[in-house]
Amino acid sequence: MTMSQTKETITPAAAAGFESAVSARNISKNYGEVEALRDMSLEFPRGQLTSLLGPSGCGKTTLLKIIAGLLEPTSGEVEVNGKKVTGPGPDRAFVFQDFALLPWATVLRNVAFGLEMRGVAPSEREARAEKYIKEVGLAGFENSYPHELSGGMRQRVGLARALAVDAQVLLMDEPFSAVDEQTRRKFQEDLLQLVQNENKTFIFVTHSIEEAVYVSDQIAILLPRPSRVSEIIRPTSFRNKGVDNIRRDPEYLDIVDEIWASLRTYVE
Amino acid sequence: MQSERLRHMPNRALLLKLLSAVILFGAWEIAGRVPVSFAFPTFLESMSALFAMTLDGTIFDAYAETLKPLAIGVAISAVLGVAIGLWVGLSSTFDWLFSPIFIVMQAAPLAALIPLLVLAYGIGLTSKVLVVCIMAMPVIVLNTSGAVRNTPESFKEMGRSFLASETSILMRIVIPAASPVIFAGLRLGISAGFIGAILSELKITPTGVGDIITYSRSIADYPSMYAAIFSIILLAVLFLNLLEKIEVTLFKGNQRDYVSN
Repeated sequence: MTMSQTKETITPAAAAGFESAVSARNISKNYGEVEALRDMSLEFPRGQLTSLLGPSGCGKTTLLKIIAGLLEPTSGEVEVNGKKVTGPGPDRAFVFQDFALLPWATVLRNVAFGLEMRGVAPSEREARAEKYIKEVGLAGFENSYPHELSGGMRQRVGLARALAVDAQVLLMDEPFSAVDEQTRRKFQEDLLQLVQNENKTFIFVTHSIEEAVYVSDQIAILLPRPSRVSEIIRPTSFRNKGVDNIRRDPEYLDIVDEIWASLRTYVE
Repeated sequence: MQSERLRHMPNRALLLKLLSAVILFGAWEIAGRVPVSFAFPTFLESMSALFAMTLDGTIFDAYAETLKPLAIGVAISAVLGVAIGLWVGLSSTFDWLFSPIFIVMQAAPLAALIPLLVLAYGIGLTSKVLVVCIMAMPVIVLNTSGAVRNTPESFKEMGRSFLASETSILMRIVIPAASPVIFAGLRLGISAGFIGAILSELKITPTGVGDIITYSRSIADYPSMYAAIFSIILLAVLFLNLLEKIEVTLFKGNQRDYVSN
């Protein structure tokens, strides 16, 4: 198998030669009787994008929200830059699946929301918000309201809001699942650019195999009942071949097939 | 296209409102002329009676009296109602404690309860204010609490993940998110308060506008009676429009235009 060098069993990140920005250690989460996560451990390398990929009910969003500090694990702990997570913090920013934009606030105020909550002065936070609005390609829409924007543009606002607070870790919960296919492709290309330019750690939840393989430096396959990390895949060869060549790269296609082979039995 | 042009007229909404008023008042005029009942005056008769009452100042004296319980009652209901509603919506303990009271208040046949209020609080201002409050407050409280309870979870999660404090989440997320339903409650509650104010003047002691209604009916001056009723409806409509203006100014993005606009 040509794939073997790209595949690892669950080894600590340090052994693979990179530094972890986020470590999840022995995380369990129960909702009453229901076991959402059991004893899950995972390392997230600094400056890279890690996808959490799996069928619905595998606990990927739960894990992301535990890392965000929005949910408390029943047992186990998360460390971000060596500090234990006890709640939401300035080192992490979240991009929501349903955008979670405040409909009564303009794009500018939505993007500046995180800065406002951090007590940044109005003139400075507006300047910073404007900079990130421009960066996500929404210049000219500063004073529009969310309902005046398309789904894709709304998620750009959500992304700008997360970038504006300049957190080291960006948590993205199926950020592109509510936008149309063409917009999604553009987003994926932009995301690759972003990972390269911003020195941030990205944790990306998705249910799309192609999307995960396309954007990730590391893919963690999560399987349900009981929820666990079944394998970690690190694509090696196609990342630097340019956005237009990834989708026809043999390694890309192999990994997509391989992941589908291991997931198909879990899809009802 | 005709409809296209209509759609782009800046004052289309105003025109439609005027058209609606013309139809309504036209129907009233015709019904008065038929006549539907000898006790039902025409629109024009009622308007000239209103004009006469305006000229001799009767209507202003009446409103000086009626506005007292109305303004006090509406103010109390709006402020206290929204406050209690927020509290009830945020805390399940207060939900259990207060919700039943307001549900009972809303369902109670108020006219039958007025003698009890008079027994307890006399025939003065207090009883009248209470009538206004009983009419206005329940729907304000119940709407507010329901809206607060239904704040989208992802808004609150967003707030927490961007480090908003509990107070900020309440002030910047929960209240604005609930505002359309809170304002709907205020509109319903305040219109009910207007009804309450007139009801109290008819049932407790005839003062102000209630006195004009009672007195003109007793001397069969029906145009004046309908003029008084019309004036209170007009005042209510104007006030509700003002409330809508306030809402639009405060929470602009919540107002979505009709797609066809």
